[in-house]
Amino acid sequence: MKATSTRMLAWAAVTAIASLVAASAVGQQKEIVIGVQCDRTGATQIVGVILCPALQDYVNLINSRGGIEGYKVKAEEIDIEYKVPPAVEAYERHKAEGAVSIMLYGTPQTQALTQKLNEDKIPGTSPGFGTSAAANGARYPYLFPIAASYWSQGAAAIKFVKDQLGGSLEGKKIAYLFYDNPAGHEPLVILQDLQKIEKFELKTFAVPPPGVEMGAQVLDIAQRFRPDFVIAHLFGRSPSVAIKELKRAGYPLTKVIGLVWASAEADVEAAGGWLVADGYHTVQFAGVGDEYPVRKEIVAMYKAQGKQPSKEMQSTVYYNRGLLTAALHIEAIRRAVAANGGRSPTGEEVKKGFESIHDFSLGGLVPPLAISATDHEGGGWVQIFQVKGGKFVKETEWFRAYREVLAKQLGAE
Amino acid sequence: MLHRECGVFKTSYAADMAIYPLPLARWTVVGLVALFLALPLSLSEYYLSILNLILIAVVGALGLNLLVGYTGQISVGHGALMSVGAYTAANLITRLHAPFWLAVPAGGVMAAAIGALIGVPSLRIKGLYLAIATLAGQLIIEWTINHVPWISGGVQASIDVPRPSVLGMQLKTQTQLYFFLLFFAALATVGIMNLARSRIGRAFIAIRDQDVAAEIIGINIFRYKLLSFAVASFYAGVTGVLYTYYLGVANYEQFQINVSIDYLAMIIIGGLGSVLGSIFGAIFVTMLPIATRWTLESLGGLIFAPSELANIIPNLRLVIFGALIIIFLALEPEGLYRLWRNVLGYFRVWPFSY
Repeated sequence: MKATSTRMLAWAAVTAIASLVAASAVGQQKEIVIGVQCDRTGATQIVGVILCPALQDYVNLINSRGGIEGYKVKAEEIDIEYKVPPAVEAYERHKAEGAVSIMLYGTPQTQALTQKLNEDKIPGTSPGFGTSAAANGARYPYLFPIAASYWSQGAAAIKFVKDQLGGSLEGKKIAYLFYDNPAGHEPLVILQDLQKIEKFELKTFAVPPPGVEMGAQVLDIAQRFRPDFVIAHLFGRSPSVAIKELKRAGYPLTKVIGLVWASAEADVEAAGGWLVADGYHTVQFAGVGDEYPVRKEIVAMYKAQGKQPSKEMQSTVYYNRGLLTAALHIEAIRRAVAANGGRSPTGEEVKKGFESIHDFSLGGLVPPLAISATDHEGGGWVQIFQVKGGKFVKETEWFRAYREVLAKQLGAE
Repeated sequence: MLHRECGVFKTSYAADMAIYPLPLARWTVVGLVALFLALPLSLSEYYLSILNLILIAVVGALGLNLLVGYTGQISVGHGALMSVGAYTAANLITRLHAPFWLAVPAGGVMAAAIGALIGVPSLRIKGLYLAIATLAGQLIIEWTINHVPWISGGVQASIDVPRPSVLGMQLKTQTQLYFFLLFFAALATVGIMNLARSRIGRAFIAIRDQDVAAEIIGINIFRYKLLSFAVASFYAGVTGVLYTYYLGVANYEQFQINVSIDYLAMIIIGGLGSVLGSIFGAIFVTMLPIATRWTLESLGGLIFAPSELANIIPNLRLVIFGALIIIFLALEPEGLYRLWRNVLGYFRVWPFSY
């Protein structure tokens, strides 16, 4: 008995010393911290379980090549369960650990932290959520949407519909099926502006939260309104329900386009598989599929470590979005370090780094962004992919549309 | 209270009603005040930010405990009433540039008015039925804020609000906000403590224990039930305003049904019908996820690879969170407050227990 406890004590001492040594070793290494807020367990975990491993994979890839200009990158991940108080706590912790940029996650969390980012001068990114008005860098100096906002997505969807319907929307009918929350309402202003310009008939169909019951709305669309096209702006479980219900009501899915949160493999699978959803169009702000060099490099990195590539890679929509976010953070930090002569960058310098990003395509996965001090959205580029033959097939190159209408709205805000 | 007490025999009503039953109690309060005033000196900004979240939660939990714990009326609309306070204050601040000493009570009063309205069904129905009626209140308020731009303001139903200014100084750092929030949390605590000791509080308790009997001994049920809803909603409204000031934004998604459930969890875990229980519950529910993560982060590395750990921590944390709540409630169904009393009771006669 005595011997055991002595041995345990010895072990404890050894571990304590080992961890101390490890801690001091880390301290000596040059390191840059990025704060990562994640949702692997909350309302949008369907996204988080794919997105967050992707962020880590990209950071590991960069570190395996020696990091950024000699600095190792540490992406400190904290799960926030899609709740606001944990997001505030996570932010404060990242700040205390000296994070130079924050990957925010979720619209309410982004709203809640916007003012803090400004006060602490730490840039934060909100790709695909938050308010569209945040594209205005003069008004939101430290918030970077870095991907097409809901306004840009709505405008691009109308442009795509116009092309599909033969180049003119005059007299055509478009149904807007949306999740009845602020994010769902957001593209409406743009759609209404465009309705006046393109002279089409717009009818809105709200789906109340939690969005799994929309039989009435879909019947209304398919049998009464009979639109020429449906634009669906849904979240969570509801996109799959919409696909299923529209299919059941006999409405052709080739005349349905889903905005960015209604557009992943998970939605197609939940709707009943690729055969059911065949023909469905999706708006994407990051490239979809496996044909990008960066994904091959990540597979090679796993192989070099003697491991299988993570299974999350198969879900390419969210995975590639994670790569896009991580890559833009790393690029912004790289530019910041390059600009300040190799010092460890401050949040302010990383903000300038973000604002100088251009010609950074990551082999086509990232759109031709040009982020500037005034345009934090980077142009609002999207691609359209269609569900066809068991996978997403690219239909368009990167494009954007009706920028003057958006500019007017941004000015009005 | 927090101190050890023994040999207290009360012989008059005045002694029984006294706020300080012992001279020691006075010193406990002095000690607590000193502790809370000195805390920012020793805590880093990160820990202070957690403390600030707890202080806000304390106000909301106290209000809900008054309604559920003292008066026995269940409500799952607490979150929505916070949003009433938040949006009232946000509109007053952005449109009329109201100072904080006007915005905080105004948010509370508006929430109280609407809360009293939601409480009307409580005159006829009880228990689960009342829960559903208040749930309807929650949903109606959410819907209204979502669909009336006049209330919800600009983009995405959120209104940016500048930080509060006190005597011409704008509060920005966590330390400054700490004192701001501490002031309201202390005020709320003292308020509920005194309310519970008063005639009104006694009436609430009588209604909780047996409302028919309460009516027979001359308590106006109509008045006191609505009063209880109004006061609890006032607290909810103030919580909403404090959130708004703390985060700098009033946002509709911060106050959804899960927030109502979180606050119910706080008071049930902390202890229904006790002030200290509300505070314990607020601390427990806010801190437990954070503390489990700290533990898992420091120990998990010994067992798991970092990439696995990133996935394990959030999930295991939820499991541990749920398990701990069950364990605590199984250990003491009356909550942490009762557990605390048991510990105090043990030490009252320690080391000479018989």
